[in-house]
Amino acid sequence: MSRTLLSGNEAVARGAWEAGVAVGVGYPGTPSTEVLESLVRFDGVRCEWAPNEKVAAEVAGGVSLGGRRTLVTMKHVGLNVAADALYTQAYTGVTGGLVYLVADDPGMHSSQNEQDTRNHAAAAHVPLLEPSDSQEALEYVISAFRISEAYDVPVIVRMTTRISHAKTLVEVGERSEAVGGSYASQPPKFVMMPGNARLRRIDLESRMTALEAYAETASENRVEMRDASLGIVTSGVAYQYVREALPDASVLKIGLVNPLSDRLLFDFRSRVERIAVVEELDPYLTLRLKALGVDLVDTGLPTMGELSPMAIAVAFGGKIPETREPIPDLPPRPPLLCPGCPHRGIFRGLAKMRAIVIGDIGCYTLAALPPLKAMDSCVCMGASIGMARGMELAGSADRPVVAVIGDSTFAHSGITGLLHMAYTGSSATVVVLDNRTTAMTGHQGNPVSGVSLGGAPAQAVDLEALCSALGAASVRVVDPHDLDATLAVLKHEVAEDHLSVIIAKAPCALIVKEHKDPYAVDEESCTKCGACVRLGCPAISYDVNGRAVIDTTLCVGCAQCVQVCRFDAIVQVGPSCDIGGV
Amino acid sequence: MGVTTVVLAGVGGQGTILAGDVLAKVAVAEGHEVKLSEVHGMAQRGGSVDTVVRFGEEVFSPVVDRGMADHLIAFEIIEGARTLPYLRPGGRLVVNRRMVAPLPVLIGDLPAPEDLEQALVAGGAVLLDAEALACEAGSPRSANVVLLGAASYGLPFAEATWTSVIEERVPPKTVEANLRAFALGRHACAEGVCEL
Ligand code: SF4
Ligand code: SF4
Repeated sequence: MSRTLLSGNEAVARGAWEAGVAVGVGYPGTPSTEVLESLVRFDGVRCEWAPNEKVAAEVAGGVSLGGRRTLVTMKHVGLNVAADALYTQAYTGVTGGLVYLVADDPGMHSSQNEQDTRNHAAAAHVPLLEPSDSQEALEYVISAFRISEAYDVPVIVRMTTRISHAKTLVEVGERSEAVGGSYASQPPKFVMMPGNARLRRIDLESRMTALEAYAETASENRVEMRDASLGIVTSGVAYQYVREALPDASVLKIGLVNPLSDRLLFDFRSRVERIAVVEELDPYLTLRLKALGVDLVDTGLPTMGELSPMAIAVAFGGKIPETREPIPDLPPRPPLLCPGCPHRGIFRGLAKMRAIVIGDIGCYTLAALPPLKAMDSCVCMGASIGMARGMELAGSADRPVVAVIGDSTFAHSGITGLLHMAYTGSSATVVVLDNRTTAMTGHQGNPVSGVSLGGAPAQAVDLEALCSALGAASVRVVDPHDLDATLAVLKHEVAEDHLSVIIAKAPCALIVKEHKDPYAVDEESCTKCGACVRLGCPAISYDVNGRAVIDTTLCVGCAQCVQVCRFDAIVQVGPSCDIGGV
Repeated sequence: MGVTTVVLAGVGGQGTILAGDVLAKVAVAEGHEVKLSEVHGMAQRGGSVDTVVRFGEEVFSPVVDRGMADHLIAFEIIEGARTLPYLRPGGRLVVNRRMVAPLPVLIGDLPAPEDLEQALVAGGAVLLDAEALACEAGSPRSANVVLLGAASYGLPFAEATWTSVIEERVPPKTVEANLRAFALGRHACAEGVCEL
């Protein structure tokens, strides 16, 4: 059998396809996004981006109700949005297998928090499987569908960044016969009004008890006996780190993390002299073992951020190897808005107005960093609008308050916030950054851009009509690359005593196919005033003499810098192969 | 045989992901167990990005700690300097001379670091100008493949394996330029012309 190099996310998609999945649905979120982007390439599977994770979970619930297998994907924080569906789907159970693929982001490479999805599984009373490489990702997704149908319950497969985005060798299989159930009406099972729900609550308990018995011998849990003087209980990528750091230790590798089998844990305890838990994020397995009265070796490993093989080796008495001295005084390299990013135009205007910017989740969150420094808060998807209303109610701001939200984020959770503003008589100003794509997660289509998951054209919402219909008194469209016009509209709408929406419409620089010719700085005319540099375009910097210089290989010709130069020093030039910059 | 670890360090958008992918596929084609780890998402917007490729008979962790890399291929000089502690003493270091100034330097908040070339050469670096070689190869965007060529000189894989994986992996129209870029990088190292 040939083996292929697949990322964890690609392996999940492959596993779902092999399991005969009929539908994949989700909302993009790093590190989960590539699952549906790979699944859509398989024949016989319908894949859709939903406007948010709750809608995705409900669509998946409907596919399951209709008797077909379905995979719903999201990042960890997305499960908070979908939790409303999940917690009650646990009661109803499934018809066709229903699997949630949830990707956590320990260390917050691309997230606003690092919550641990294992807690959701315990709280919702649903099983959770956790693979430790791509091969297991494929296999566990197939198991998850089997468990979902056998135990009548939705199943979570939990990934983390290092599993989702690591490529490892996988033996792939073939697609099984699509499991095609049919619909049969069963109101007592699926209509969750109190009388039915109480019975399903009891039923859920007995389903989880049956699963606990399954967990005792489940192939997803594995005892690897080596030296019996130390036994490690671990799961997920931490298993790989343990094998690297402590090659002689015995290991209980937990693949089915919820429910746990007490017998399995006690049995492993009895086979080793000392026992320790190595897990990333919350002390989930640790607390369970402690609750059982098991005396654990205190590793002192952190309960936040990512683990590493070295951290584990050191926790068990290993020595830190000799390393090279770091080179001192290196400048940090934070991520930044691309050259020609349309967002820069809006945030430059907001900074000029000294506005209090209530921000949201997307590339534009980077406007919080210097030199723009034009964002005051960013919490969760859609929070900008509700929080801006709250700031208005607090009444303490001595500067204008503006909510700023991206197009995809607005469709995700902003619409209801705006409805609230209109309903409660707010006179706030909301800016929707419509860059025609979901940029930060890698340019997915969305209902505002009117591009479907496969890239085909789809129905696009009419943002202006939508905002008017919700009750915005004024809806204006601006081109954020036109700096003066943008600033004028911002100033005008902030001053008005009514609810306004400003739609800043210009495509993300990375989806523009044909860029304009780049610009260059005319050395003679540049007065070293630095106005263009303060835009924070990565193509512009200072040369050794303190004059501005443009890297023509990076410049995409957006002309924003041209407008801030009062000395006409920035002129358009042809494309070239030389590298400017420092 | 033990595990060999290669770290590719660069700036989001420099093509480290494609380069890591080619390297991993070459190792697979030559019969190794392989793990590759990369970072997507926000860091790709011009931030520091590291790709780790590990190959050997049995590979566990997809990532490594300081002092564990056998090869460090830096696509950008500041990132080379930043990642240097990951390279074990005696490990092989290939660094692109190009400096991509990070934002604090661009806007004049921090000075551009000086004397990095000397510090890296003292650390055993082979330096080259990947962009110049890429232009010579006919495509300024093939600098990442130039660096792969330079790295390949110290890795235990046949040149033919590299070329066949590159042919498969890059867009059809760019195959010739990329193969030339690879050869230029490889020969630059073979002939020692890329030392300081
Ligand atoms: S990807 Fe698009 S939206 Fe994001 S920073 Fe770049 S240009 Fe701006
Ligand atoms: S025109 Fe100016 S602001 Fe726009 S990408 Fe080029 S250098 Fe940057």
